[in-house]
Amino acid sequence: MAVAATTKTGARLSRAGRRPPTPAWVGTVPFFAYVGVFLLWPTGIVIVDALKNPNGAWTFSNISELGNPLVRGYFIGSFKLALLSSVAGAVFGAILAYAVAAGDPDGTVRRLYIAVSGVLAQFGGVTLAFAFLVLIGPVGLLFHASWYFEFPWGIGLIYAYFQIPLMVLVFLPAIDGLKVQWREASENLGASAWQYWRHVGGPLLMPAFLGATLLLFANALSAFATIQAWENQIAYVVPQQISTALSSEVGLTNVNVADLLALGMVIMVAVVMTGYALLQRRAARWLR
Amino acid sequence: MAAVTSLGETPIAAPAGRPRGMQASRRRRLNLFRYVVFTVFGLFFLLPLLAMARFSLEGANLGTWSVTAWRQIASYQNTGIPPLLSSIEITLELAVITCAVMLVLLVPTMVWVRLRVQWLARTIEFICLLPLTIPAIVLVVGLGEIYNKIRHFSLSALMLFWVYVILALPYAYRALAAGLSAIDVTTLSEAARSLGASWFTVMVRVIAPNMRAAILNALLLTAALVLGEFTIAYLLLYTNLQVELYSISRSTPNAGVLFSTSLAALLFAFVLLMILSFAGRRRGRG
Amino acid sequence: MTSSPVTRTQDGAARTAVEVRMERLSRHYGTVVALDRLSLTLQPGELVVLLGPSGCGKTTTLRLLAGLEDADTGQIFVGGKDITRLSAAKRDMGMVFQAYSLFPHMTVRQNVAFGLRLRRVSAAQRDKRAIEMLDLVGLATQADRYPHQISGGQQQRVALARALAIEPQVLLLDEPLSALDAKVRAQLRDEIRRIQLEVGITTLFVTHDQEEALAIADRVGVMREGRLEQLAPPTEVYSRPATSFVAEFVGLSNRLTGEVRGGEVTVRGRTLPLVEKDVPDGQVVALVRPEAVTLASHTTPESGPLVGTVIAVTFLGATSRVTIDLGDTTVLAQLSTSDASELPAGSRVALAIRPDPVLVSASSEPAVAADEEA
Repeated sequence: MAVAATTKTGARLSRAGRRPPTPAWVGTVPFFAYVGVFLLWPTGIVIVDALKNPNGAWTFSNISELGNPLVRGYFIGSFKLALLSSVAGAVFGAILAYAVAAGDPDGTVRRLYIAVSGVLAQFGGVTLAFAFLVLIGPVGLLFHASWYFEFPWGIGLIYAYFQIPLMVLVFLPAIDGLKVQWREASENLGASAWQYWRHVGGPLLMPAFLGATLLLFANALSAFATIQAWENQIAYVVPQQISTALSSEVGLTNVNVADLLALGMVIMVAVVMTGYALLQRRAARWLR
Repeated sequence: MAAVTSLGETPIAAPAGRPRGMQASRRRRLNLFRYVVFTVFGLFFLLPLLAMARFSLEGANLGTWSVTAWRQIASYQNTGIPPLLSSIEITLELAVITCAVMLVLLVPTMVWVRLRVQWLARTIEFICLLPLTIPAIVLVVGLGEIYNKIRHFSLSALMLFWVYVILALPYAYRALAAGLSAIDVTTLSEAARSLGASWFTVMVRVIAPNMRAAILNALLLTAALVLGEFTIAYLLLYTNLQVELYSISRSTPNAGVLFSTSLAALLFAFVLLMILSFAGRRRGRG
Repeated sequence: MTSSPVTRTQDGAARTAVEVRMERLSRHYGTVVALDRLSLTLQPGELVVLLGPSGCGKTTTLRLLAGLEDADTGQIFVGGKDITRLSAAKRDMGMVFQAYSLFPHMTVRQNVAFGLRLRRVSAAQRDKRAIEMLDLVGLATQADRYPHQISGGQQQRVALARALAIEPQVLLLDEPLSALDAKVRAQLRDEIRRIQLEVGITTLFVTHDQEEALAIADRVGVMREGRLEQLAPPTEVYSRPATSFVAEFVGLSNRLTGEVRGGEVTVRGRTLPLVEKDVPDGQVVALVRPEAVTLASHTTPESGPLVGTVIAVTFLGATSRVTIDLGDTTVLAQLSTSDASELPAGSRVALAIRPDPVLVSASSEPAVAADEEA
C-alpha cells in the first residue's frame, strides 16, 4: 500500500550517504502486482495456451481453426453486433452528452443524467434483456417487434441501452473541454452555428469521438451477459462460443480452441485499443 | 485521455466567478434542443423500466395489480436454488469489499504517480482501461485455474472481489483522475509534508477530503458494477444476484419476482448515486 | 495620440474609421446589476480603455458591443447604424480575448485566415492577407506553427492579426495582456498601440491594470459598479480625478485632513488649490499624490506638521517610495532615488507639498485603500 511510499526519494538523508534512495516507482508496485496477477497473467495464459495443443506442445494448428467457416461466422457475428451498437451508441450518446454539457455545470439535470448513465452503463445483461422482452417481445406491453429475435437488431437495441450511457460517461469530458472562447471567437469572426461545428467544434471533437466509439466497440465485442439472456440456446457470437466450449456442450470441445477464440478476441481488442490510444493523444492535446 | 466525468466537478470551460451570458436567441434555441433531447432519451430509458415495473406489479390474473412480487424478494426460494435473499446479501457484501479494496489500491497509487512518477501515468491509464475491453470471458479462461484452487478451500463467492476490483478499474480510475486533476496535489502534499505529516496523514486527511466528490463517484460506479455483474460469477459457477435472477428466469420465466428484484436493484443503485452526488457537491458556488 | 478620423487604405480603397455610440446600456444577471444605463461614445479611430476593478462592468460593456450578450435596455450605433439587434456574427468587429482563443487544430496562418475563409475569399487572397497581417504583428516566420508551439505573447499577436484580418470596423480587446508575463506585457502593450494607430481603427480596450490604461489610451473610462466614473484623457484622469474612487484607483494617494476656506484647502500648514472650485468651507479629506510630496530645504526643524520619521524606503528603480510617520498619520512620498538614498530608516525629515490642485472629499468614505492595487 502506501506504506512502501514512506521510504522515498530525496527527503531522507541517509546516514553516511550509504544507502541509495529507493526509486519512486517502487510505490506503484502494489498496483502493478495486483493488476499483473488478476489481469495481465490470465490474459497472458490465454494467449499462450492458444498456441499450444492438448499435449502442451507449441503449435500453430489451432490458428487454422480460425479458418473454419463456423468460427468465422461467430467472429463476423460479434463484429456486426459491435459495429451496429457502437456506432448507434456513439452518435446518440454524443447528442445526449452535448445536451447535458450545455447546461448548468452544477445543476440537477446534469447530475441526474450522469447518475443515470453510471447505473445504466452497468446494468446490461439479464435485467435489461428481460425488460425489453417485456416491452417489445412476443407479449410486449408496447407492441410486438417482429424483429426482436432477429440478430443483430433486437440485441443491438438492447446493447444501445447501455452503450449510450457509456458514451455519455466517456465523451462528456471532451465536450466540456471545448472552450467557450473558441465558440465566441468564431462567432465574432462571422461563423454561423453550422460553420462553427464544421470548422472548429467538429474537428476538435473528432479524435475524442472516434476514440469513444472504439471504446464502445470493444465493450460490445466483449459483452456476454446480455446476449446470454437474450436468447438462451442460440449463440451468435464468440463469447458464447467460448462459454459453450468451456462447458463442453454443443459445439467445439477443445479447450485450446476456446483459448484460441479468446485470443482472437484479444487481438481484435488490442487493435481497437491501440487505435484508441493514438486518437486520445490528439484529443488530449487540444481539449485538455 | 479523456476522463469519466465525476459528479462534483466543475468543467474547465466555465469561467470563474461572474456569470457569463449568451445571446438570447441562441440560448432559446439551445434550451429547445435540450428539452427535446432529454424528453426523447428520457422516454427511451424509462420505457423498459416502466414495463418491468408494470410486470412486477402484475396480479394472478392478467390486468390485476398486486405487490406480491415485491414482497417475495425477501422470501423467494425456488427448489434447488438458494434463497434470493442470500444472493442479495452476498452481492451487497461483495460490493462493500470491492469498493474498499479498490480505494485502497487506487487512491494511494494515483496520488503517488501524480506526485513522483508522472511518466507512469499514461501506462497506468491504459492498464486501467483494459478491463473494459478485454472480454470477461478471457479473464475467466485465464483465471479458471486460480479459482479452481480457491474453490478447493471452499471459500465463498466473496472471493470474487479480486476480479471485481479489476472490472471496476476503468470507471473508478477515470472518476478519481478527474478529481485529482481538479486539485493541486503537489502543493497540498508538499505543504502537509513540510508541516510534518506522514504519508498516511497526507493521503487520508489532506488529499482524500479534497477529492470527496470524485471518491464518492468512484465508489458508486464500483457498487453499480458489482450489483450488475453476471458473466464472471456465472462462468466461475458462483451465485450472485444476477446469476440468481438468471436461474430463476430459466426455471420460471414469468416470475414477477424477477422484475421486482431487478427493479429494486436498479432503484437502489440509482438512489445511492443521487444521494451521494448531492453529498459531494461543494458548499456554495465555487 | 490624436482623436481625429484617420484614413486607412486597404488594397487601394480608402476606408474611414467609424464612430461607436452606446446609449444607456443596462444589463443585469438576476439581482446583480452589471451595467447601469451606461452611455459611451468612441470617436472614429480612437482608443478608449475601460478601466476598473473586477465586476465593474467593463467586460460586460465589451461583450455587449461585440454582440456576445444582449443588453436589457439601451442601443448601440456603429457608424450611425443601429446594430443593437444584430447577431455577433454579423457585426463586423474583431475581438481579442484574454486567452485560449486560437483554434488549436489550425496553424497560425489558418487561424488568421479563418475569418476570410468564412467570407469565401479565395485561397490565394486569403493567404496574402494572412501573411500581411502576420507581418504587421511581426510573426510571419511562425505562420506554419501550431498555437501550442508558440509563446503566450505570440499567441496574442496572432489573435490580434486574426481579428484585424477581416478588416473590421471596430477592434475589441478583452484584457489581452492579463495572462502574460510582466515584461511581455509591456512590450505587447506598446505594439498593440502602434498597430492600432497604423491601422487607424476605432478600438475599445478593457483592463484592470491602470498602468496599461494610462500608457496607451486616447481616453480612459474608469468604471465602478456598472457606471462610468470618469471618461477623460489619461493625464486628466490622473491629475484631475473626478471622484475619490478614481483618485484612489488610479495611482496612489495620501489621505490628509485639511480645512477648506474660500476655494482653497489648508493641509498641514500648506495651502493648496482645489480641483473643484466650489467646495463649501469646512473639514475635508484631501487626496495628495506621493509625487507632490517633496523634501523641504535642508534645514530640519525639530517639529512641525510636516516633520516626521522615515519608516521605510521602497526602491523602485529610478524613483523610490518613502513612508514617513508624521506622528498622527503616515504619508507616502515619491522621490528620486538619489534623494531617497540620503534618508535611512529612522532619520528625521521635513517635507513640503507641491501646490498641485487636489481633490477633496467631505465625508471620510474611502473608495479604495490608498495603496491597494485594484
